[in-house]
Amino acid sequence: MYAVMSSQKKRKNSQAQKRTSLGSNSYQTNLSAWKGKENLSNSKNLSKQGQNNLVEDFDQTDDREEDDFQITMKYFKKGPTKLPQSKDKTLGKHLKTVENVAWKNGLTPEEIDVLLNVALSGKFGVAVNTRLLRCMIPATLILEDSVVKAVSWFCVGKCSGSIKILFYRWLVAMFDFIDHKEQINLLYGFFFASLQDDTLCPYVCHLLYLLTKKENVKPFRVRKLLDLQAKMGMQPHLQALLSLYKFFAPTLISVSLPARKKIYFKNSENLWKTAVLAVRQRNQRHSPEPLKLMISLANVRPIKRKWNPHSTIPEINSKSSSEECGKKRKTLSDYLSSNQSFPLEQLRSFPQLLENIHCLELPSQMGAVLNSSLLLHYINCVRDESLLLRFYYWLSQTLQEECIWYKMNNYENAEEFSDFLDTVIRAECFLQEGFYSCEVFLYKSLPLWDGFSCRSQFLQLVSWIPFSSFSEVKPLLFDRLAHIFFTSTTYFKCSVLQSLKELLQNWLLWLSTDIHMKPVVNSPLETTLGRSMNSVSELIYYVGWLSTTALRLEGNSTFLLHFILDFYNEVCGICINYNLPLVVLFPPGIFYPALLSLDSSILNQLCYIMHRYRRNLTAAKENNLVQKTKSEFNISSKTYQEFNYYLTTVVGCLWTSRPFQKGISIDPEILKRTGVTEYKNSLNLVHHPALLGYAVFFLLQEWPEERTVNVSSIRGKKWNLYLDYLFSEGFQGLKYFIRSSINRSSIP
Amino acid sequence: MDSYDTSASTPGQSTSLKLKYYTATATPLQKQLESARKHTLPVLTPHRRKIPQENIDPEEAAFLLHKQWTLYSVTPLYKFSYTNLKEYSRLLSAFIAAEKQKGLAVEVGEDFNFKVIFSTLLGIKGTQRDPVAFLVQILSKSQLPSENRDDKVLWTGWFCCVFGDSLLESVSEDFTCLPLFLANGAESNTAIIGTWFQKTFDCSFSPLAISAFNLSWMAAMWTACKMDHYVASVEFLWSVPCSPQSLDISYAIHPEDAKALWDSVHKTPGEVTQEEVDLFMDCLYSHFHRHFKIHLSATRLIRVSTSVASAHTDGKVKILCHKYLIGVLTYLTELAIFQIE
Repeated sequence: MYAVMSSQKKRKNSQAQKRTSLGSNSYQTNLSAWKGKENLSNSKNLSKQGQNNLVEDFDQTDDREEDDFQITMKYFKKGPTKLPQSKDKTLGKHLKTVENVAWKNGLTPEEIDVLLNVALSGKFGVAVNTRLLRCMIPATLILEDSVVKAVSWFCVGKCSGSIKILFYRWLVAMFDFIDHKEQINLLYGFFFASLQDDTLCPYVCHLLYLLTKKENVKPFRVRKLLDLQAKMGMQPHLQALLSLYKFFAPTLISVSLPARKKIYFKNSENLWKTAVLAVRQRNQRHSPEPLKLMISLANVRPIKRKWNPHSTIPEINSKSSSEECGKKRKTLSDYLSSNQSFPLEQLRSFPQLLENIHCLELPSQMGAVLNSSLLLHYINCVRDESLLLRFYYWLSQTLQEECIWYKMNNYENAEEFSDFLDTVIRAECFLQEGFYSCEVFLYKSLPLWDGFSCRSQFLQLVSWIPFSSFSEVKPLLFDRLAHIFFTSTTYFKCSVLQSLKELLQNWLLWLSTDIHMKPVVNSPLETTLGRSMNSVSELIYYVGWLSTTALRLEGNSTFLLHFILDFYNEVCGICINYNLPLVVLFPPGIFYPALLSLDSSILNQLCYIMHRYRRNLTAAKENNLVQKTKSEFNISSKTYQEFNYYLTTVVGCLWTSRPFQKGISIDPEILKRTGVTEYKNSLNLVHHPALLGYAVFFLLQEWPEERTVNVSSIRGKKWNLYLDYLFSEGFQGLKYFIRSSINRSSIP
Repeated sequence: MDSYDTSASTPGQSTSLKLKYYTATATPLQKQLESARKHTLPVLTPHRRKIPQENIDPEEAAFLLHKQWTLYSVTPLYKFSYTNLKEYSRLLSAFIAAEKQKGLAVEVGEDFNFKVIFSTLLGIKGTQRDPVAFLVQILSKSQLPSENRDDKVLWTGWFCCVFGDSLLESVSEDFTCLPLFLANGAESNTAIIGTWFQKTFDCSFSPLAISAFNLSWMAAMWTACKMDHYVASVEFLWSVPCSPQSLDISYAIHPEDAKALWDSVHKTPGEVTQEEVDLFMDCLYSHFHRHFKIHLSATRLIRVSTSVASAHTDGKVKILCHKYLIGVLTYLTELAIFQIE
């Protein structure tokens, strides 16, 4: 569908290109395709001509043309002329008029009805009929009745073979524009009988392929088709129809298609390709279809030695033969839905899914849902346990089978496996939830993982572990991951922290939505929520421990510290962002290295986090005052004390120049060795190692004439100017922090 | 994969999979997860096993014995029904015929030069809860019309579940749990038939390899079996990874000596424990080291054969003694379940 759309756009400006590309293409394509293209370009020229003529006339005589066409229609409606067409100039004129209108705007259903009748009645010769049929282009729709009438002319025996072929080609090309198909379907037997005609067979096959419903598949037809196959050999059009029959009635027929999908039908709509596009565009204006949700069937997958070499993910086939077999034991729901069950192959859009959600035939292999966003929607809301179990088993086995390190032998398939993981992860992101199979896969394969293969995918899977009790998951996953974490590079540590941050986000998101779905939950809310919050805080403490140790191992690497603070940037906002009663502070092992970091952006980030902690704690306190009942979820006073301690430390180090009044103690000997005389009062926004450079630059910029730079002179009014300077340099976090936590009247 | 816009989807609108974490009664999926977690922790895998000994009809067993079977694990079959076996054989034979001549369609029920037969193996089960095992055979039809000419068996495969309680508990009634599949015949046939089962019953087949750890368990358990008479010696095969060609060490012991060794390390009557298995293997290692100065513990055990059965690490077994058929299958079922959970 995408291809069609784009070609349509290109059409207008590539008329000239077409000719050249036609020439170059002909080397690659086979003869029949080339012929097809020739046809196409012919019809294009025709249409172009028509349009040009029309444009010339249009300016002057809009009305006249309208009248001309009315006369033409009357002429055709009236009936046969006695003159032979070759000599009849009026006929030629009328034909031209019809062609012009048809290719420009299309014909109304009534006009098509009239003209189709003329074309197939045999009133005129083959040449005229051909011209008429070629311009049977609907403005919007074709009446089913017209088609039935047209087919009825076949029985009179006045149509030549070539007209019949052209008609079938037209019918196939315009199939989508026919308003109803019930009546036409009643003629199924008639069409089927036409299969015997060798020249018609491919076109009739195509029509039947479009027309066939389940109830049309009968044993005697299967037998007839197999006879035809025996007579004519392996024909793509017969193959197509047979495989469709098999799809509807797997118990009647078995066919295995060659590994690479063949094109079943030569593109018989070439004649009308541009016209069909135009009609589609006209119709689309009225009902825009969501293109984004189309199922792409053109999956190209690498071949490898396996039972099913086509793809890892099974194709979407509804109706397995096992269900067909079990027909004797029908359940009530089968009876209710059996009449209008909706085959998946026809599922194209989200509205369709909504309309048929009650009668969808599920894929015979559940793994197929990975290839379709629509089906993912479906399994997301379905409550059928067996369906989920089928998917669980399939995904678990496939992950295990495909995994390149699990069986330690097939590293050459690494790319394929990572592609598969990408598909799975995309599905998880789409559904915003993790699969149990992936979780189990992580447990099983982590002990064998080298920490390198498919790293990005592996860590993404970690971030999609479904929410569960942290203490249960820890020994299976996190403890093992920690081994690799501690022994790997800084970059790896950062990646792990990143995915743990995403895991926390996913858990929080899930929890915050889950609270609003109380009615579904059976167990009392208080205890489950308490358990959940416990699990989340355990995760945060665990990451705190990992980070502290990692910082020590990496010598307080700034890069690593960025990722750690990024994690806490998520942690500090839980109360407000997710409406969950939880505040967990960072451990001192992270706080101090961040506070005393040489990197100004780290300091800025820390200030921002402190600011958000403050807001969240305030919000939690207010919340508790409002709803006194939920006493279980009060933030403990210890957290407030701890925060206040951090707060005074930050304020002491940045503002009041009274660092480390209590809590941390540094040996005075060490401080003396720094050579700073008044070390006790020297740490503030100006003297902080991460900001000293800014202070100097500030002075040089503001007072360039000063001989000596004395940073200690920044106080009082200068202090305020300096602050503004810092804010203008992008210290937004610092700005927020100072605004919320410091009373600026107390300038030092 | 179609490209769907992940950013457009709103998070957590409906969370059917996740919600189940909190429902009071455990769902099958959840049970599945729990048992998978349990199995992943080595501490929790069983440390002691019994060797069941069942008397099954020797005739039924006879044709399962003395053949080399390739093992597969199979996830539960969805909507499999024992009443439809006839229908399945019709469908499967048409499927095979179609696969063999790719592109040509065949009518189901057509006459081919081979036959597919589904039949049940009533005796192959551990408990009453175990589903009935079943057999699939492909026979070539003899060209001669004479009646007493037997059809030649081209391929045989069977599905079974012996003491598969842990798996049975975790699935709903739509599924039939027969986690162990044994095939004998051309690999290409196994592939075709396996594909049909996968497509028809939405299950997955995986080759079942046997680790060295499990092989030593087999060696110990099978040595421990009481036999009326021994038909083969106890034999081990170790592989030494060295280039350019790997070196195999074969170690054969007289079955009665092996049994005597086992009896000396065996303490708990009626069951076999991990400690006993380790001790048994250690004794063999130290004996070998005393004579050849080679540490077998540094090599990899790849095959074990005894009078009860023999097994290769790449998942091939041969069962020799009908008395312990069920016993062997019990352990293999356990391995298969471990693989699919």
